[in-house]
Formats: sequence, structure tokens, C-alpha cells
Amino acid sequence: MSMPLLRNDWVVMALFTAVVLSAPIWLSPVGAGYPDLLQKFAIFGIFAIGFNILFGLTGYLSFGHAVFLGIGSYTAVWSFKLLTMNVIPAVVLATLLAGVFAVVIGFLSLRRSGIYFSILTLAFAQMSYNLAYSVLTPITNGETGLQLTMDDPRVFDSATTEGLPSTTLFGMDMSGYPGFYFCAVLLIIAFFISLRIFRSPFGLKLRAIKSNQTRMRYTGFNTKPYLLTAFVISGMYAGLAGSLMAITDPLAGAERMQWTASGEVVLMTILGGAGTLLGPLLGSSIIKYFENIFSALNDGQLHEIFAFLPDWLENIVVAIAGEFVGDGWHLTLGLLFMIVVIFLPGGVVEGIRRASAFVRNMFNKSATDESELSAEKE
Amino acid sequence: MSIVLSIKNVDKTFGGLHALGDINLDIEEGKTHAIIGPNGAGKSTLLNCCIGRLIPDNGTVEFEGKNMIGMQPHEINHAGMVRVFQTPEIFPDLSVLQNVMIPALAKRDGIFKFNAFKSLSSEKALEADAIHILEDMGLGEHILKHAGSMSRGDKRRLELAMGLVQHPRLLLLDEPTAGMARHDTNRTIDLLKRIKERGMTKIIIEHDMHVVFSLADRISVLAQGRIIASGTPDEIRGNPKVQEAYLGGAEL
Repeated sequence: MSMPLLRNDWVVMALFTAVVLSAPIWLSPVGAGYPDLLQKFAIFGIFAIGFNILFGLTGYLSFGHAVFLGIGSYTAVWSFKLLTMNVIPAVVLATLLAGVFAVVIGFLSLRRSGIYFSILTLAFAQMSYNLAYSVLTPITNGETGLQLTMDDPRVFDSATTEGLPSTTLFGMDMSGYPGFYFCAVLLIIAFFISLRIFRSPFGLKLRAIKSNQTRMRYTGFNTKPYLLTAFVISGMYAGLAGSLMAITDPLAGAERMQWTASGEVVLMTILGGAGTLLGPLLGSSIIKYFENIFSALNDGQLHEIFAFLPDWLENIVVAIAGEFVGDGWHLTLGLLFMIVVIFLPGGVVEGIRRASAFVRNMFNKSATDESELSAEKE
Repeated sequence: MSIVLSIKNVDKTFGGLHALGDINLDIEEGKTHAIIGPNGAGKSTLLNCCIGRLIPDNGTVEFEGKNMIGMQPHEINHAGMVRVFQTPEIFPDLSVLQNVMIPALAKRDGIFKFNAFKSLSSEKALEADAIHILEDMGLGEHILKHAGSMSRGDKRRLELAMGLVQHPRLLLLDEPTAGMARHDTNRTIDLLKRIKERGMTKIIIEHDMHVVFSLADRISVLAQGRIIASGTPDEIRGNPKVQEAYLGGAEL
């Protein structure tokens, strides 16, 4: 924020757009330049950016946001089954329906604050998860998960000849890079909306609620509608993210609503930096990157990496490091999370800020040294 | 002179304690009305009954002819009655300027407005008013500072600025100079005098007699939940009952 140019929304958006659209190029050296993973970055980025509008700005910690992810996925798959394989109606309907559910769940949960709010949202999420498994089987297809079948009506599509159809955008197949770019465009829009909210009077009011809610009431605000609006917006972001998951793979299961999924978005937001613009996106990308890269490493690859060490040391190092990769990648994530929370409570973004301040200081110091030197010369 | 605030027969009991008993008080437009009294006399309770933090057991609080009892704090704020708190109730995580922008936005936007796509930096008029008031309060060089990191005296002046920026019809000040150094106290008195010239009606609760007698047009004395005297500063100064109850017989 120190650079005045970054105060201009359009400059920020131009930079952001360029970085996101060129991600396949600059992420390939670290092994993340393939569409599946990039698409995950974009989808979970949208999820976390939306979650941050509620948690980062108002301080209300929802532990049930995966509910909206699940609703988004189910709605999208139903749209593919009943209407058309075109992704646009799926995305729009999923976002709207998630919004409707967010109004109800938000209205009820926001009757309480603090830990009680978190517990209420968690209760709603677990309830929905269990309902999706049991009584709602006609809608959710229970344990099997909701899938496409050959005899789906798809009223707007012409009958397919052979096999299950794939998702399209007006005829363009949504697998591989086109799928990523579709998600990337939505990520850019989602980020833009978040940026505007952060820098608007509305956003300032949300931050004031986080800072001192009691004072807001005596200042002339009814805080409930503000909180509910923030809750609904973040629920709609989650619904959008859920529908995008169904675009990659037109399948929706109840486990998408489980509390672990709700917890994951909390981790992403805190890891990146709650209440910052870029933090949630960084946090979600880091977690998804670790999940994909570290979980794929095995002992053989570790031996290659540490081959420069003497044999006896190499074996010890690989034995220890082996615990942190493959199935043990959660251990790496846990360590990283602990380090960040203990040493950088503001998340990765705070780390970047501190580092850049440090560099700037060194720069200024050398500049003043030089000017002192030249003064001495005179 | 018209009556801005009329408190009629207000009672408030906490358990067995009679905090307020049969309070009757009229506040005239444009006047500064001081309420004094020893600790525990019920001064803050009376203010809390006015702004909706407490609901009296009996009686009415009429602001410009409308009964305020049972209204929400934010509704009372929008009616034009604004309270400045004794212990600073600021937004510690926001900047000083943002702290003043919030009440200014409240005044303009009402109870709820979804202006999420408007840029905050385009609110030039509100910002100018906020900066003007902060400079008035001597906080001009602090506007970009983190409010939570300021000294206690600065926080109190910020608190006052947050009340003033709403240009209220009636301002309720709960010990505006408590904990301030003499220099800051005098500065605050000057500022409150200037506000008075603009015709803002005020109720002040205050311990510092220097502040009370420099500002008040009328004074009411509370003791043990009852008003024992009301009058001009001169009348109060000469009232033996007041000297007995409040000042322990000391000469004013």
C-alpha cells in the first residue's frame, strides 16, 4: 500500500490479471504449470477470497462454509443433468442458490457472536452433511454422489450420440486449459469485487464492526444487516467455487460439505493473512501446492534430491524427510501453519511486508550513506 | 426557549439499590446543562437511560417531543442524541481518520446502506469535515496513526471528535476532561465553548468544578439518585444544601 500507484484499483487489477493469466508460464518451473492444479488454485482462491470478506473484515469465524461449496456443486450437477452442459447456467444458479441458503443460515447463526456463532455455523454444516447422506438421497444420491447419466433430460441440449457429454462453454470443451482460463476469469472478477468492497465505505464499516461492535451501535449503525450481507456475499463466493469444482469433474458428493472442508478454508485464510486482499489467495495456493507436490514425492525422489550427501547421511536425511512427504504431507502443512501463526500472526502477507520493509530500509540506509559520503567530499 | 430533552419521573432500581428516584429534568435548546454529584450519585445511569443502554423502570425520556424509551441505541443516535463515552470507546484497529469517518458515514448513510462499490477515497466532503474536526481537536498530525496506539488523552479527544462529526442536536458528554492534563483540559474547554457558540445543546457530566463553572448555563446536582438542586451556576454556588451534600461544606 505504500506505493501510491497501488491505490489505483485499475492498476492493481491490470497487474493481477496479467499475473493470473500468465500463471501457466511462470508456475511451470516449480512444477505447478499444469491445468488441473492451476484450476484448483483458482477455485480455492475464490473460496478463500469470499471467506475473507466475512472472517477477515468482520472477524466472524464461520466453521461451516463448506455447506455452500456443497450446495454449489449439487446445483451445478443438477443444472448439467436437467438443463444443459453449458457451464454458464450452472455457475449462475449455483451462486444464487448458495446465496439463498446463506440468507437463512446467516440469519439464524448471526443471532450470536464469537464462539457461539462458529458453533452454530458448524452445526448447520454437519446437519447438511448428514442430511445429504441420508434423507436427501433423492436429491444428492447419497454415498455414491450425484453423477451424470445417459438418460438425463438436458432439455436445452441436442441428444448426445455416444457416452456421457462433457461440460462446455457454448460448445468449447471445458477440460484442460480452457477450463483453467474460465476459472481464472471468474477469479479475476471475484478478486475485483473483493478489492472494491475492501476499499469502500461498506468495507470500512465491516472492519469497524470487527474492531468494536458495541461502539458501532452507539454510532448509529444496525450491525446485523451488515454482518448478514457479508455472510451472504461470502456464501455466494463459496457457491461459485463449488460449481467450478463440478465443472472440472461433474460429480458432487456429500464429503464436500464435511467439517474438514470448512476447516481448510479457515487454514488457507489465516495462513495467507486474514483481512488482507491477497492473503487468502496466497494461502489457498500454498496449501493446494503442498497437497499436490509434497504428497506426490516418494523416497526414491528424495534419494535423488539428497544424492550430493555422503551415503550414511543421505539415508538419515531421507528417513526423516520421508515422514514429511507422501502420505505425511499434512505434517509439513502443520509445521508450516504453526511457524506462520507463531512468528507471523498476519500470515504470509505480513512476512512479505516485513521483508520488503527490511529491503527498503537497507536501500535507504545505503542511500543516506552515499549522501553523507558526498557531503563529506564537499 | 424550546425544550430539547425532557426527562419525566424516571426511576431505576438495580436489585435493592435505588439508582435513580423520580428524576425530572428539562434541557433547553442551545444551553449547556451540567450534571454534577458525588461518585455513585447516578449520573452515568441517567445518561445510559437517555441513550438506550439502560431502560428505566418508570418514566419517560422525551427527545424533541418523541419518547426514546425502548428505542435501539442506533435509532436514538439517528434521532440526533449522541453520547461521548467516558472511557474511550474507539475503533483501535483503524486509523484516526477512519475512526471519525465511521460516525460521519453513519450520519449520512443511515442505519444501513450497501455502498460496497463506491471508493472510500471518493468521499471527499466527508473526509474534509472529518479532518477539519480532527485539526480542531489538535489531532491534525495524527490522522493516519493507528488509533489504538495513541495516548489516553489523545484517545479522549478522538472520542469527542467522533461525537462532534455527527453534528448532533444534543451531545451528551460523560466527563470529557477526566484524566486529561491541565493544558489539555483548557484546550477542551475552549473547544466546547466554540461549539456552544454554534448553538449545540449539551449535557455534561463532570467532576472538575473549573470545567463546570466555565461552561455550564445551568447545573443540576444529583445525590443518592435524586436531584437536590437545579439552577444557574451562581444559584448552585450559593445553595447550602448542595454544599452540605456534595461539597462537604467546603467553600466554592
